[in-house]
Amino acid sequence: MTLARRFARTLIGFGALTIATLLVAPLVGPTAINLRRVFDFSVPFRDNTDAQIFFVARLPRTLAGACVGALFAAAGVVFQGLLRNPLATPFTLGVSTGAALGAVLAITFNWSVGFAGISAVPVAAFAGSLVAVVIVYALAQARHRGLSTTVLLLAGVTMNAFFSALVLFVQYFASFADTYRTLRWLMGDLDVSSYQPILAALPTTVAAFLIFAWLARPLNLLSLGPDSAESRGLDVTRAQRAAFFSASLATGAAVSIGGPIGFVGIIIPHLVRLIVGPDHRLVLPAATLFGAAFLVGCDLVARTILAPVELPVGIITALIGGPFFLWLLIRRP
Amino acid sequence: MAAHPKTLSVWAIALLLLLPPNHPITKSLNHQITQSPNHQITQSPNHQIRRIISLVPAVTEMLYAIGAGPRIVAVSSYDTYPPEVKKLPNVGALLDPNVERILSLKPDLVIVYGSQTDLMQQLARASIGVFDYRHAGLADVTSTIRTLGERTGDGAAAEALSQRIERGLDAIRQKLKGRPRPRTLLVFGRERLALRGIYASGGIGFLNDMLEVAGGTNVFAEVRMQAVQASTEQILAKRPDVVLETRATNSAFPIGDRDAELSVWKTLASVPAVRNGRVLFLFDDRIVIPGPRVVEGTEVMAKALHPDLFK
Repeated sequence: MTLARRFARTLIGFGALTIATLLVAPLVGPTAINLRRVFDFSVPFRDNTDAQIFFVARLPRTLAGACVGALFAAAGVVFQGLLRNPLATPFTLGVSTGAALGAVLAITFNWSVGFAGISAVPVAAFAGSLVAVVIVYALAQARHRGLSTTVLLLAGVTMNAFFSALVLFVQYFASFADTYRTLRWLMGDLDVSSYQPILAALPTTVAAFLIFAWLARPLNLLSLGPDSAESRGLDVTRAQRAAFFSASLATGAAVSIGGPIGFVGIIIPHLVRLIVGPDHRLVLPAATLFGAAFLVGCDLVARTILAPVELPVGIITALIGGPFFLWLLIRRP
Repeated sequence: MAAHPKTLSVWAIALLLLLPPNHPITKSLNHQITQSPNHQITQSPNHQIRRIISLVPAVTEMLYAIGAGPRIVAVSSYDTYPPEVKKLPNVGALLDPNVERILSLKPDLVIVYGSQTDLMQQLARASIGVFDYRHAGLADVTSTIRTLGERTGDGAAAEALSQRIERGLDAIRQKLKGRPRPRTLLVFGRERLALRGIYASGGIGFLNDMLEVAGGTNVFAEVRMQAVQASTEQILAKRPDVVLETRATNSAFPIGDRDAELSVWKTLASVPAVRNGRVLFLFDDRIVIPGPRVVEGTEVMAKALHPDLFK
């Protein structure tokens, strides 16, 4: 089969799944809503509870899930390709822990001033992720021409531990309620209740995906090792830099919307590779689509399974994702 | 993230909160909570108590109210009331009790949270009396005061205080008898300037009980948990008549932010409370600390819910 046909098949297959999930998710929830009433525009919006549940609660939440899932899954693919390590996740290089530090500071010290109408916690989380990215990059750059992935990995893991310690340090001064809120933030939450966090993350998201589109071929070459990639005409340092910054920004944007939701960034890339093979030109779009569908699906389970109480979505991603992934591993001939 | 004792205990609490209401663990917890708190007595009760350390602000207030205040030698880092406590040494709190300082102050009774099992064991080994406490319902405030009074030798004062509290609560109930009961969402935490991470009172616990006495009906009455994370959808579906946002005094929204904090609710325009301007802020320790001031706290709530009756 030619690449074009495989590409089309992948896109149609995963695209159909994603669209189906996105259509079903806002229709299902702990409350029964009447679709005809939702789209009955003769009733003023402020009087129409069904429409408000649909447009204020469920639609932003579904979109947030789709964005976050797509960003984490694609960033996971890029980090695994860049570090040539199957265990890499969007959280390996300290980006999410930097974001966590920002969020914890905002929660503990009750920062209320955000940026352009967005509340403080997402802004602080994104700022924290940027700080982590800059530090890790500077370290990896310091004593090498180009970018050493080994130093990158070591610096990232160390910064992860360092930021974790800072998170605990800040938490130590927090009141009990704030500590609990921090912990809850760390489990991930997609109930955004407005489009603002999504819109705020949109420029970063678009930029990251544009770079991802360009990165597919360079990542294929990098998988052969930097030397072979170089000999085939790839500017390795440039590709690595692009991969590092785009995937880090994608992670920062995703964490600012939904918190550090685990497992999506590692399980989806591997799942997709088991289905479409290792070619990044297929893996990247497939992971993006499947990541979106997976997280929206997990959030659907999280908000309905124990209704009226909700489970944190991060618990569901691991509970569903873990066994499913193991089953795929065993089943594979 | 590395396991840290504080993180671990918070995890444990979080996991308990996540359990479904009909789960056996939750059931046994609720059972324990609705019964009067289980006080471990590791010392003969007629022993004269002279040096008390309280790690629980609510119990510190109770001790002062029954006249045992002068015998308190140290309190927790969260204690702020009565003002005298600010002069006392502090020995940590729920998650970070300073055992060394506690022992060095030679207490003969230490008030701890029921979850501080390590601390309880350490104190038992040092043959120091322990009074363990858990936040529970409103009825447990007076039962705790009575048990505490017997323990410290202030039984008569404790009985008098308990009766005063019970009469005070009854008076509020009587006053509101037959009044319409607004369906109320009682929020005690959320993200600043956003409707995210909203924590509300479930159908058990002192906040829920105070709300009921204050003439309101909790919209989450059927959820058998003390804390519920309320999603936007649930709030829209429950359609509360009143939203009470309550916080401790030191977590009050700054005056300059209050209009902005109020207007974040406008997204949920179909909720009657939002539409009728009945989203109310109550920053009052008397509401969030289940101590001897619960009557005043409940009155504050009642005034917010029934303003016409308390002119």
